[in-house]
Amino acid sequence: MNIYLILFLEFFKIGLFAVGGVLATLPFLYDLTEKYDWITPELISDMIAVSESTPGPIGINTATYVGYTAGGMLGGIIASFAIVLPSLIIITIIAKAMAKFKSSPFVESAFSVIRPAVTALILAAALQVLELVIFKTTDFSSAGIAEAINIKTSVLFIILMIASLKSKFHPIAYIGIAAAAGIIFKM
Amino acid sequence: MKEIIRIFTSFFKIGIMTFGGGYAMLPFIQKEIVEKHGWATNEEVIDYYAIGQCTPGIIAVNTATFIGYFHKGLPGAVSAALGVISPSILIITIIAAFIQQFSDAPIVQYAFSGITAAVAVIIINAVIKLWKSGVKNVFGVVIFALALVAEVILNIPTMLIIITAVVLGIVIELVRRARKKGDER
Repeated sequence: MNIYLILFLEFFKIGLFAVGGVLATLPFLYDLTEKYDWITPELISDMIAVSESTPGPIGINTATYVGYTAGGMLGGIIASFAIVLPSLIIITIIAKAMAKFKSSPFVESAFSVIRPAVTALILAAALQVLELVIFKTTDFSSAGIAEAINIKTSVLFIILMIASLKSKFHPIAYIGIAAAAGIIFKM
Repeated sequence: MKEIIRIFTSFFKIGIMTFGGGYAMLPFIQKEIVEKHGWATNEEVIDYYAIGQCTPGIIAVNTATFIGYFHKGLPGAVSAALGVISPSILIITIIAAFIQQFSDAPIVQYAFSGITAAVAVIIINAVIKLWKSGVKNVFGVVIFALALVAEVILNIPTMLIIITAVVLGIVIELVRRARKKGDER
């Protein structure tokens, strides 16, 4: 089968079945390594590193990277479109239904529970990021807790946090300042 | 047509500023979509996130599609989704083509250790905003605490937490109706 067609079908499938973010796509990608020679476990770990350090949703970055490696520029574009196509179709259908049922008391009641729950889920995501900021490693058996703490990034976090509570900057300003600080102080 | 292009450029901006996954996108959506253009409210954005969590696909794309659809129908949905993915396609293609060892370079690693600290600050600020609009009473605080324990300590899959919240919301409404009927009798 044509490589572009394979990329389209495989990434469409991932877009259709992976529910709940990038971690959910990983098992599907590892399945591909057993079927095709253009994707290997090493490529997947490379891709996670590249995706984490570039802008954009990780799922799209992954699709573009794997698609590019397998089928050049066109491969990257096809894989990226294929992974978003199921979302586009499903969300449009849900949005249509939602517009109709938005004022239903059941929908309102469901969302009154969902909102605080999602707020907590996002805090949990923040805590995960914070763990990466504060600790160099979470393996406390090899290094003591004091040694495991990354002082430079922890201090940067505290400074930025205080600054953000005192005055509001555009979020991109924090990213720029933090990147510069990271390079200057060799974090 | 002008508005469709505006949707595309707004989501292109959001896509280019988002490091990490769907949650990291939230603060930029708040800034660009809620505060600047007023295409959705903070509450609506959380609702879309919640649905985006338990529907297939990438959360960032799901959320973008929702906002685009409710603002300008299907063309809006398509341009929002394309906008949010375009920066990735461009940047990753360039990186894959030219800089194979991109993420191994020390300067890149230093910069990203710094950026991680900024991302934590940005997400915490998003949580503060969401708390103000989404957690309005003691009941909300209890749900918030339960969800946090379920996610962080019990490691229950996120999708299951949201589905439980949906079921709970529906049950609460059913109980409310049953009580009302009882009172009328």
